[in-house]
Amino acid sequence: MHDTRRRWMEFAIEAVIQVLGISTIGIVLLIFAFLLREGLPVFFQVPLTNFLDVRWYPTFGMFGVLPLLLGSAFVTFTAIAIALPLGVATAVFVREVAPNWAREILKPLIEVLAGIPSVVLGFFGMTFIAPRVREILGAPTGLTAFTGALVLAYMSLPTIISVAEDALDAVPKSYRDAGLAIGATQWQTIWRVVVPAARSGIVTAVMLGMGRAIGETMAVMMVTGNAARMPLTLDSFFRPVRTMTATIAAEMGEVAKGSVHYRALFAIGILLFVVTFFINLTAARAIFTKRRRGGLR
Amino acid sequence: MSRQQVQRIGFALLALAAVTVVLPILLVIGNIVVRGLAAINWEFLTTMPKNGMKAGGIFPALVGTLLLTLGTAVVCIPMGVGGAIYLSEYARDTWLTRAVRLAIVNLAGIPSIVYGLFGLGLFVLFLQFGTSILAGSLTLAIMTLPVIISTSEEALRAVPMEFRTVSFSLGGTRWQGIRNIVLPQALPGIITGIILGLLRAAGETAPILFTVAAFYLPRLPRSPFDQTMALPYHLYVISTQVPGMPKHIQYGTALVLLAVVLSMNIVATLIRSYFRRRRQW
Repeated sequence: MHDTRRRWMEFAIEAVIQVLGISTIGIVLLIFAFLLREGLPVFFQVPLTNFLDVRWYPTFGMFGVLPLLLGSAFVTFTAIAIALPLGVATAVFVREVAPNWAREILKPLIEVLAGIPSVVLGFFGMTFIAPRVREILGAPTGLTAFTGALVLAYMSLPTIISVAEDALDAVPKSYRDAGLAIGATQWQTIWRVVVPAARSGIVTAVMLGMGRAIGETMAVMMVTGNAARMPLTLDSFFRPVRTMTATIAAEMGEVAKGSVHYRALFAIGILLFVVTFFINLTAARAIFTKRRRGGLR
Repeated sequence: MSRQQVQRIGFALLALAAVTVVLPILLVIGNIVVRGLAAINWEFLTTMPKNGMKAGGIFPALVGTLLLTLGTAVVCIPMGVGGAIYLSEYARDTWLTRAVRLAIVNLAGIPSIVYGLFGLGLFVLFLQFGTSILAGSLTLAIMTLPVIISTSEEALRAVPMEFRTVSFSLGGTRWQGIRNIVLPQALPGIITGIILGLLRAAGETAPILFTVAAFYLPRLPRSPFDQTMALPYHLYVISTQVPGMPKHIQYGTALVLLAVVLSMNIVATLIRSYFRRRRQW
């Protein structure tokens, strides 16, 4: 009697756990469904050519997303160009070279960086970095694409460093021993054996860092100046730019629910969702290949 | 140049890169602590903002952030830990499990502002919760879910397989093994993951922009269906939307937010290192 009750309890608990696990798929679908529900109708209200235009002036019915899309891409790629060498070098230093005491200082600090809220970094960017950028450049404003990229680079660094470090960690010790045994220096072993062996993990690290950068909202909105212009010339680095995320954040509060502008902002959300989905899909491949359980190896 | 010299220069450059990464972190924290400390006193923390936020304290924003974090915890802890138990203990390697993993990876990658849009669409408008603590907590909870699932799963997986087989061999059921053996062993790791997830939720602005945050509301919320101020949004507002804002209030608010988040971070780190040292396996 007692036993059957317990068996039922366990059955119920295990069923709930299964539902919880599988519900994550439902949540992703739900998010996509709601973005589509709110955003898709705009394509029946506004001709497609309007979206593929270079002018984003919602109050005049112009919804060209190109400057926003390029703005996001511009800031993201600049950020990654800064963060990739810094991040990989730091990961190599922490995993391969640094003495223990240095590692004990570096790793918690990098974790702290990951925890600093983006609005705080944005605030720091506005009040500390932007005035210095303006001074150095003699530009009318320090709120530029470059300022944004700099802040974004540091926001994606914790992701890049920790994933790259895991990738280096997964390279067997025998690879390093073999490199040293044939007479290579540690430096040569690192760059010709260990890093190439960890390449796919490092690519994952960069992809994830990129996903983080492209989706970042508050810091970018606070430091890039938010002018919706096409970043096509070289001087665009030092002029204001506007990203997709900042556009949603800045304008959604003021639009009427259900208006064309409201739906256009959701359409940008769809675009962001799809872009980050594919970035993560690419990054995920490498994640799926390594799974292990403690104890039995 | 000999190979040894190349190596020495190379290592120095790597160290330089690490310093370049770390110094700005110290600069950010140092700058905000030094300039913010002047604003911090008991009154700043416990009184309402006055005079269009240009004077007074940040009490409602602080309370709002605590309530939102609490609301997030209530929803995402059971869901996240349950999901992690499923993945670590029950799921076999089928297409369904792979789909779940893919879903989690993607949830983790969805931009926070898109969570904000989703929360607006589903909780605020479709379910008619309005801009409310409830809608904001649910939005933040869904955003935090992947963090908690993946850190908890890692903690559960780290428990050696032998622990489970021993529990089986003593006649325990699978659930008994999980509840009495595996979960307690993995608990420190799970708690660390939960804190790390919640500190992210506490510091986020984008998901609460359209789901909870009140621009200026100098009173405390009375029900889960009320709007509230919140620290991150408050910092955004007073540093970009209010002209002529006194600097010390901006820095003070930034410092309080930073302190909330960093203290959670330190607690998580301490728990992890304490139990890692004590662990027998």
